[in-house]
Amino acid sequence: MKLKQLEGLLGDLQQFSNPKVDLEQYPTGPHIASRMLFTAENSYGDITDKVVADFGCGCGTLSAAAALLDAACVIGFDIDPQSLETATLNAEELEVEIDFVQCDITKLELKGRVVDTVVMNPPFGTRKKGADMEFLSAAMKVASRAVYSLHKTSTREHIKRAALRDFNAKTAEVICELRYDLPKLYKFHKRKEVDIAVDLWRFEPKQK
Amino acid sequence: MRLIVHNMLTCNIKGVVNKFPLRIEAEKVVIKKEVDFNTDFLRHMLAKIEWKALVDGARSMGYTELPDHAPEAEESYSFLKKFHHALLELHLEEGSLVCQETGRKFPVEKGVPNMLLHEDEV
Repeated sequence: MKLKQLEGLLGDLQQFSNPKVDLEQYPTGPHIASRMLFTAENSYGDITDKVVADFGCGCGTLSAAAALLDAACVIGFDIDPQSLETATLNAEELEVEIDFVQCDITKLELKGRVVDTVVMNPPFGTRKKGADMEFLSAAMKVASRAVYSLHKTSTREHIKRAALRDFNAKTAEVICELRYDLPKLYKFHKRKEVDIAVDLWRFEPKQK
Repeated sequence: MRLIVHNMLTCNIKGVVNKFPLRIEAEKVVIKKEVDFNTDFLRHMLAKIEWKALVDGARSMGYTELPDHAPEAEESYSFLKKFHHALLELHLEEGSLVCQETGRKFPVEKGVPNMLLHEDEV
């Protein structure tokens, strides 16, 4: 599948109808989502024929991208039942197979090393402090091959240090810097649109 | 929920020792046979899957064709077809996942297991 085609398909997905600010629910736009997964597969072979987990899947944009790039199995995890309903509809629309699990990622314990790759656009920690690190910690416990994650560029040094020192990362690499354009979603947003500098990270866990 | 997912889920209630596997109580099972048959992937998965949990899970969902033990040597085509079917084509739409130690039921609705804990379980 070509990048443009992937981006087009992801652009048709339904997004949050009633986003919950405390969960930092922001849609992952098709531009970022397509590039993230395309790179994961084309540069690293981490998606096709692999078991891919999407942590904090929301409406399932990253999960859908993984499925469209022929992951062998895609599992989306989220705490919010409404998002999971939308995600299920999106999967049906695209005619792709995605399993969904409702849970609190920070309390999740998965057995074994079945999951190859974790992809995620986690909360940045603006509502619940440290949420970004909790997601990263959880992802590093589960992935056998790699974790792809988006974090604010302003947290770059902090993330690198934590990943290598505390979360069992063998490598922690910023693959590229992206602009995440957030539309005015919530009442407290003053500007019509804002651009946040985010890093796309690839982490490789140490082998057990 | 498919058995590949069931094979990783555990009971995360505080203090529970016997967390895995969760017993399946199936109320509605759907079979979807359009999943691509990929022998390399299946062989790769065979090394990672908890076999007994898969066999018991499949039985709970009405599929009894899996052998009690996975083959030790070269896997036959017919074995891989059964493995593929159990792992990827059986969907639990409605039912529960039951913790073997506490009896706590995690509901599965519209194919989605709800693993959220109550306040006193954390």
